[in-house]
Amino acid sequence: MFNERILCAGFGGQGIMSLGQLLAYGGMSEERHVSWIPSYGPEMRGGTAYCSVVLSEKEVGSPIVTTNATTAVIMNTPSLIKFEKSVISGGIILVNSSLVNRRVTRKDVNVYYIPAVELAGECGNQQAANIVMLGAYLALTQAVTEKSIISALPKVFGEKPKKFIDLNRRALELGQKAVLGHGPKLAAA
Amino acid sequence: MPKSLMKGNEALAKGAILGGCTHFFGYPITPQNEIPEFLARELPKTGGIFLQAESEIAAINMVYGAAAAGGRPMTSSSSPGIALMQEGISLLAAAELPSVIVNVQRGGPGIGTIQPSQCDYFQMTRGGGNGDYSIIALAPSTAQESAEMMIDAFELAQRYRTPVFIVSDGMLGQMMEPVTMPSKVPQQSVKKDWAAVGHDNRRPPITIKTLALDPCDLEQINLRLQEKFMRIRESESRYETYRISEAELIFCGYGSVGRILKNSVDQLRHEGVRVGLLRVKTLWPFPVEAFNVLPPRCRHILSTEMNCGQMIDDVRLAVNGKIQVTHYGRPGGIIPTPEELADHAKNILAGGCQ
Repeated sequence: MFNERILCAGFGGQGIMSLGQLLAYGGMSEERHVSWIPSYGPEMRGGTAYCSVVLSEKEVGSPIVTTNATTAVIMNTPSLIKFEKSVISGGIILVNSSLVNRRVTRKDVNVYYIPAVELAGECGNQQAANIVMLGAYLALTQAVTEKSIISALPKVFGEKPKKFIDLNRRALELGQKAVLGHGPKLAAA
Repeated sequence: MPKSLMKGNEALAKGAILGGCTHFFGYPITPQNEIPEFLARELPKTGGIFLQAESEIAAINMVYGAAAAGGRPMTSSSSPGIALMQEGISLLAAAELPSVIVNVQRGGPGIGTIQPSQCDYFQMTRGGGNGDYSIIALAPSTAQESAEMMIDAFELAQRYRTPVFIVSDGMLGQMMEPVTMPSKVPQQSVKKDWAAVGHDNRRPPITIKTLALDPCDLEQINLRLQEKFMRIRESESRYETYRISEAELIFCGYGSVGRILKNSVDQLRHEGVRVGLLRVKTLWPFPVEAFNVLPPRCRHILSTEMNCGQMIDDVRLAVNGKIQVTHYGRPGGIIPTPEELADHAKNILAGGCQ
C-alpha cells in the first residue's frame, strides 16, 4: 500500500516547512490523502524546525511521523542527532552533506549524502538546497511527479517570475542526478 | 468542488464565515492564532466585524452584547483563555444567547504548554461557570470536519438559542489537510423577537439579563432550560463507528486521538486482532446510544485521550457496568503514537496490566 511518511528537519530558514508543503500540495493534486504538520514549539524561534508529511492511499490517521518515517530529509547536524532513530528499518535518510558534519550510524537504512547547498548554488541560489533534497526524494521514491511539484510552487511561494520556476526545476534535476546512478552512501562522492 | 490544503484553524475560520458569523471578538493565544489571523483579513470582506479585545474576559462579554443585539458572534481561544471566559459563558447559557466558542486545546493545568492536549474535556462538558447548564460541544477530527462542524455550530446556536463549543486541539489546528468547502451555505432566517435591536418608542425596551432574585421565577427558568437541554440530548448526539464488527475491544476516542486510533485499529486488524473504534463527535450531548449497539463479543472499552482520564466518566455511565472500561492517555502535550495505543490494547486482550 502506498503510504509515505516523510520527516523534514533543519534550521528555521532552510525551507523545511515549504519543502513539506510542496509534497502535500503535490500529493493532493494527485488525489492522494495527505497531511502536513509543523513543529510549532519554541524551537521555531531560532533552533531546529521540522515538519511531518503523510502521502497515502488511505485516509490519514496520525499525521505525526517522528517515530515511523519512511524517509527523513535532514538539513542540519542537530536534526540528524534528533531524528536518525525516527526512520523505519529499510527507510531512507537524505543528508544535506554541505552542512551535516557527521555520518549516519545506523546500518539498516538507506543513506544518501547530498551536497545540497553547493548544488543549489550551481542553479543560481543556495537557498534552493531544500528543493535539491526534494528532487532527490522524488527520484528515489516517485511519490509525487515533478510536474505536480512545479504546479504547487505558486501555492507555497506565491506567484513568481518564470526565472524562479526554472531555478527550482534545475534544483529538482540536480537533486535527482545526485542520487540516481549511485548506490546508497555513495552520493557524496 | 475544488480541494484546498488548509490548517484546521483556517478551516474553522472559513467555516465560521460560511456559517454566517457576523462578529469575532478574541485575544491572541497559541495554538489558535490562525483563526483570528484569517478572520481579521476575511470577515470584514463579508460585512462582518473583527475586533481584538483587551482580554478574554472582555471578548466573551462582547460576544454577549453582539448576540443580545441579534448578531451571530463567536470567539476563539485556547485552554487558559477559555478558563478566563467561564463567567461570561455561564451568562450566555443563562440568557440563551446564540454564540460559538472555539477551544483549540493545549496542555494544562495552569499556563501549561502550547502543545496539543485534550485536558479540557471536563471544562467543555461539565462547565467551568456557575449554575445548572450544558453546552453543545462538537469535536472535529479533521480539517474537513472542522469546517463542517463550524457551519453546524452556528446553525445549532440559532436553533436552540445557546452557546456552542467547538472542541479542537493544537494538532488539528496546526495540521494542513485537503478541505472541500461548500461555496455557500443557505441560512435559515431566524426571527429574534427577543433581541435588543431598538424599540423606536413603539414598545417597552427589551433587557437581556440573568438576575432572577425570586426563587420561584428562577426555578421556572431552570426547568425551562433543562427542558431545552433534554431536547438537545434527544436529537443532537453524534458518533462514528469504525471496524467494530466482531470487535473484542473497542477504543473510544475523539478529536486528534479519534483519528490516530484509526491507524491503531488498522494495524491490529491486519495482525488479526479484533478491535474497533467508537469515535465521539459530540462530547455533549454524549452519544450514550452508541454503547447499546456494540457487538456482543466486545468485552473491553479502552477510553483513550490526551489527558489523565476524563471522558472515561461518561463512557462508564453510558456502559453502566456492562463492559469493563479502562483509560489510556498521554497528558501534558504528548501525542500518543498509533503503535503505543495498539500495544496497550494487545496487552489488555492478553490479560495484562490495565
